Amino acid sequence: MSGAPATRLSRDELLAILDTVMDPEVPVLSVRELGIVRDVSVDADGAVTVVVTPTYSGCPAIRVIEQDIEHALRDVGIGDVRIETVYSPAWTSDWIAEPARAKLKAYGIAPPTPAVATDLVQLLRAPRTPQCPYCDSHDTEVRSEFGSTACKSICWCRSCRQPFEEFKGI
Amino acid sequence: MTSPSVVPTPAQPPHDELELLLRLGDDRLVLGHRLSEWCGHAPILEEDIALANVALDLLGQATLFLRRAGEVEGKGRDEDALAYFREPVEFRNCLLVEQPNGDFGFTIARQFLFDVYAVVTLDALSRSTNAEVAALAAKSLKEAKYHVRHSGEWMLKLGDGTDESRRRVQRALDELWRFTPELFVADGVAARLAVQGVAPDLPELRPQWVSIVHDVVDRATLTLPHDASHSPHLRGGRSGMHSEHLGHLLAEMQIVARSHPGANW
Repeated sequence: MSGAPATRLSRDELLAILDTVMDPEVPVLSVRELGIVRDVSVDADGAVTVVVTPTYSGCPAIRVIEQDIEHALRDVGIGDVRIETVYSPAWTSDWIAEPARAKLKAYGIAPPTPAVATDLVQLLRAPRTPQCPYCDSHDTEVRSEFGSTACKSICWCRSCRQPFEEFKGI
Repeated sequence: MTSPSVVPTPAQPPHDELELLLRLGDDRLVLGHRLSEWCGHAPILEEDIALANVALDLLGQATLFLRRAGEVEGKGRDEDALAYFREPVEFRNCLLVEQPNGDFGFTIARQFLFDVYAVVTLDALSRSTNAEVAALAAKSLKEAKYHVRHSGEWMLKLGDGTDESRRRVQRALDELWRFTPELFVADGVAARLAVQGVAPDLPELRPQWVSIVHDVVDRATLTLPHDASHSPHLRGGRSGMHSEHLGHLLAEMQIVARSHPGANW
């Protein structure tokens, strides 16, 4: 992309632009709120590098996310956008901060509980009762650790008798 | 695609690191494909979704390991080229993962034996002296932990379940056991990588694997087969000598990419 205009945007301004890039599967959260965008930097030539850490290995959204990031930055005139993928430290749902957790709940997804270090093999854990995002009851059960996307479990609320999803804590 | 113009001199022969990454990637690619064959056929809806989720995780892990393998190889092959344009003899997966699905109990037993192997080896690999390998292993381990919880809890349910579920899962264990010694064979590649601290000493890891498998099998009221009382141990996957099943699996997996090379969709 030689000849592209160098950006004069600051790091904070670039981060603000990335705040507008929403996750395609959970469109109430931005890729920054999910902790996928770790950092952004501008080099002397005005090239912008966005550091990303993917969530689940098989998450099909990551390519779309990378394209959306590039498009958002190109839309403000940045010609040279580079995506740098970093795998360590591994992504954790603990990177989703409180304001984003409230947005998840309002969207009907129970926010993740803190990721806890477990033994390599830990079977028959005590049943968890995530708070129902609709009626706030804890009279719930996790029906399956696997749901409509890699990041969600399927739950059931006995109080309001509705199924709901929980963002997994990993 | 172009090859990198400058290839830095690696600290170790690139061949061994490439072999390690192919073994890690191919185990997951082949098992992920096997699990995807259950899509739409599992006994209950939740289980259909669960097996498809595990398949997707494994496919994602395979992508990461094979992409890195392509970089280490330095011949311009990406993960798709490695997945779709290699012959069976070039695949480095263990024989266990290519075995056909059988019934649900057979699939669960195969998955359980592999999942325990995965958590034990990924945990050790997360401390690899090779930073790239360590990062990918640590990431994959997070997923492998909930995979083994899924397959392990099914072992308990099926083993300590009805007469029929118990009979089926015991038969699966008896049949699959002969494929497990291969997982811990230290051939030249594995032995050299262990000396360098890139990969764990596989024979040293086996007792940990046996202990976890034994514990779950006991709790499931099943019986662990005796090594000596079964057919000869089968091995060869790590050097490209596979059972007939891999060729059929790859034929199905590779046909679209080979019929329309370079296609985008």
